[in-house]
Amino acid sequence: MSRKRHILPGFHLSLGWTVTWLSLIVLVPLAALIGKTFSGGWHHFWETVTDPQVVATYRISFGLSLVAALINGFFGFLSAWIFARYEFPGRKLLEAATDLPFALPTAVAGIALTALYSPNEWIGKYLAPLGIDVAFTPLGVLIAMTFIGFPFVVRAVQPVITELSADVEEAAACLGASRWQTIRHVVLPPLFPALLTGVIMAYGRAVGEYGSIVFISGNIPFKTEITPLMIVSKLEQYDYTGAAAIGFTMLVASLVIVLIGNKLQSWGNRFRKHS
Amino acid sequence: MASFIDFRNPPGSDNRADRLIRATSEPLWIRRLLIGSVLAFFILFLALPLIVVFQGALAKGIGTFLKSFTDRDILHSIQITLLVALIAVPANALFGIAAAWAITRFQFWGRQLLLALIDLPLWVSPVIGGLIYVLLYGRRGYIGPWLQAHDIRIIFALPGMVLATTFVTFPFVARSLIPLMQAQGCEEEEAALTLGAGGFDILRRITLPKIKWGFFYGLILCNARAMGEFGAVSVVSAKISGMTNTMPLEIERLYTDYLFASAFAVASALSLLAIVTLSLKTLAEWENKRQFEAGQRSTLETTIETLP
Repeated sequence: MSRKRHILPGFHLSLGWTVTWLSLIVLVPLAALIGKTFSGGWHHFWETVTDPQVVATYRISFGLSLVAALINGFFGFLSAWIFARYEFPGRKLLEAATDLPFALPTAVAGIALTALYSPNEWIGKYLAPLGIDVAFTPLGVLIAMTFIGFPFVVRAVQPVITELSADVEEAAACLGASRWQTIRHVVLPPLFPALLTGVIMAYGRAVGEYGSIVFISGNIPFKTEITPLMIVSKLEQYDYTGAAAIGFTMLVASLVIVLIGNKLQSWGNRFRKHS
Repeated sequence: MASFIDFRNPPGSDNRADRLIRATSEPLWIRRLLIGSVLAFFILFLALPLIVVFQGALAKGIGTFLKSFTDRDILHSIQITLLVALIAVPANALFGIAAAWAITRFQFWGRQLLLALIDLPLWVSPVIGGLIYVLLYGRRGYIGPWLQAHDIRIIFALPGMVLATTFVTFPFVARSLIPLMQAQGCEEEEAALTLGAGGFDILRRITLPKIKWGFFYGLILCNARAMGEFGAVSVVSAKISGMTNTMPLEIERLYTDYLFASAFAVASALSLLAIVTLSLKTLAEWENKRQFEAGQRSTLETTIETLP
């Protein structure tokens, strides 16, 4: 049995290398994070992560990210739908452009969005007379979070739409369902897990995002500060334990988000096999 | 019989095919509305930010734009960015091949856990990617005092920036190779083995040609992220222009110093990199699909040929 598993050479070399590199780059430094977090004691940890200024950042990072993820859920779904179903000029270009937020450096996105939405600039100057301020307000943070999370939903949903076979829809239509009924009762249910997975992934990305947000947010305490920024400012004060405490909290939060995402994904896969 | 001919519905206007299309697709106006709103979203969120970067870079004329790239500090930041990527990307590429080989060719205890741990840098905040190294190697970190005693600088210096970049780009190559190698299986490798090929011969002559487009795909994404990383690197860099600034950090410095034209000039170079990356990535996706389909077809053909 064990011989069969190891027919090809290089097991020890490749696994050894993998584990060594993983330990050097990820595991040992993460252990340092966990160690530092509790080096100041439980009380200090609790005091740091419940500090009012830090708590205010949770509202932005965890609350606004949810709004951004839902916006992405809507437009991501629409994009995936038209990419998979419609033929129109420029479709391939739009498809390729979908991943721009992955490829564009976050600092570039940050200054570009700030430039677009500042009061005297491209879009900002049309919004300012309406009394809508975007740059240096939570709305600006929301826009940056939407930008950064967009590709996730499209990438999660599009393959599932492509996989849907047309005959179920034809069957529904033959049985007298209207197009809307077909979409609601036949098309959407199998897509829902994938959509939710995409939204969760976009959410996770927006929660941790730093570069594209800090420029447009203006970093106003209690108003537009995000949680990753708290880590940076603690480090700037050489408060390693404080930075570690917030970092650890974010790590746990991200872990929960990713676990929910994985659960949804396996649920969705089961759904796909049975349908 | 004449009554079978329905004159109210002459062929072509409302035949079965038309009705089926109507039943399984949306009316034209809805299709147009959906495409229109997606297009508006793309223009607002993806096209305009790109345009504003290039517009900002060229706002003060092509002369100023080109002059930005003769600035000593900016040139230095380009060098640092290239240097960091030149170390981090090959390191992660080698790791990616090793990890994909171990994970897709063997069954072992902890395989799922290993997969999950490789993914970890994808879902944590990039700031944490810098933080963990500061906690380890920084002045008040675990190894910091020892390093200081031996006059080794990691944090606020190049090694720290390489480490942080390696962390955030850690899964890219492995993640693009693992599903591909899983799907391809290892029959050819095993055949080569029975014909007497050694391990590195198999890797070089059998596996690498099979995975080259997936590998390329992982490499360019890894490289784009390595050159563009901001959060992780900003934590471990001293952010001294002309010393430890990468291009993204230099953009921040120029921007906060109100040197907008230069900031956007550097940003436009990175945007160009993003556009090239996206084009190459799309190309790699097509090629990979083509190669995979061709491979499947040939496997299918050989299966058919060997059938009795």
